[in-house]
Amino acid sequence: MENTIQLTVIDRDGISHELVAPTDMNLNLMEVCKGSDLPVEGTCGGMALCASCHVYVLSDHELPEQSDDELDMLDQAFFVKDNSRLGCQLRMTEAFNGLKVQLAKV
Amino acid sequence: MSQTIETDLLIIGAGPVGLFTVFEAGLIKLRCHLIDYLPQPGGQCTEIYPKKPIYDIPGFPSVLAGDLIHNLMEQIAPFKPGFTLGERAEEMRQTEDGKFEIITTSGTIHRASCVAIAAGLGVFEPRKPPIENLADFENKGVDYIIKEPEKFRNQRVVVAGGGDSALDWSIILADIAAEVVLVHRRSSFRGALDSAEKVTELAHAGKIKLVTEAEVTGLNGNGNLEEVVITFNNGETTTHSTDYYLPLFGLSPKLGPIANWGLNLDKNGIAVDTFDYSTNVPGIYAIGDINEYPGKLKLILCGFHEGTLMVQSVFKRIYPDAKLQFKYTTVNGVNGF
Repeated sequence: MENTIQLTVIDRDGISHELVAPTDMNLNLMEVCKGSDLPVEGTCGGMALCASCHVYVLSDHELPEQSDDELDMLDQAFFVKDNSRLGCQLRMTEAFNGLKVQLAKV
Repeated sequence: MSQTIETDLLIIGAGPVGLFTVFEAGLIKLRCHLIDYLPQPGGQCTEIYPKKPIYDIPGFPSVLAGDLIHNLMEQIAPFKPGFTLGERAEEMRQTEDGKFEIITTSGTIHRASCVAIAAGLGVFEPRKPPIENLADFENKGVDYIIKEPEKFRNQRVVVAGGGDSALDWSIILADIAAEVVLVHRRSSFRGALDSAEKVTELAHAGKIKLVTEAEVTGLNGNGNLEEVVITFNNGETTTHSTDYYLPLFGLSPKLGPIANWGLNLDKNGIAVDTFDYSTNVPGIYAIGDINEYPGKLKLILCGFHEGTLMVQSVFKRIYPDAKLQFKYTTVNGVNGF
């Protein structure tokens, strides 16, 4: 399909979900997960303030640089690893086709 | 014990939606009182992002969140709302005359004909690290909030976290405590630059012991906390004797005691009827980010609308026989109390 990408999201029970996300709606990964009824709360609405969308990026996609806000938040989150990102800070673009992530524990 | 605070409409949560509701209630001569756990009105807008611009408030191409709250406070001033700040609404009971009593953590009793829950994301509570027996040592050596630094005089303290609050309290406690150990997962600190520099300075002077690239992963003690287990990022572990462990990882929102008030919940919100934003308990309403209904959007402007429709229903509940006339502010102006 035009203007869509495929994503794989592994939930906290280890179950893999194949998602299709539009790239022309300015959505971020947190919103895509919420829209697919995955257990991502996105409490703060996407301002990098709650870490409820914390994911581990498993594929080797090139990711946008982390903002100070995202680094500050990850500094206060738990279960953080080297491949930790906040889903709300990853805007869905063509470059993310095939992205594979795992939801972090909350 | 303080005397009972009486009002028509008690609003739990003094964020933008709770504040604007005072205005709409005031126009139809209803008095309001607000409770908020934070020490100042404004909710998230003042606590978390006062300097962030908001672009979807009608009539304001851009307004800083802090300025929006300032303006709302000015707008509702004629209606003289009361505030109970720094206290959490804890307990709700219905009285025989059909009113509600809301009691706070400090024991303040509020009595009102109707209650509007405008609590946004809920109550901001300290984020607790995932340590198995953490709860066992709460108030027995584990504190999440520091109210009285003197408590730690000549005590040994382990602080965990890398943000502003962990840094600032380490600096303050360095002068008070017998020993301050600051444990942080990374090698650098992301708090305000001058705080980070001050901590480094105090570490060189031997007044703060820095343990970086490590986390506190366990607690030991017989009743009271006696030592923390520290795990380094490379997998090595060690223990450190201490009197206190202070995990300072910021705040995260929780629904809190409201969850136990017998209200129907839907996902993480309070289920409401969109006719008047009433909950399943007649006389209790929920507006703003805290409510949930089909098509819900968590926007400040939607909360303003919800509060406006809600006060009509509140009026009819309090004065069932009175005829409520809707008036435009442009015609009559704003007549305060």
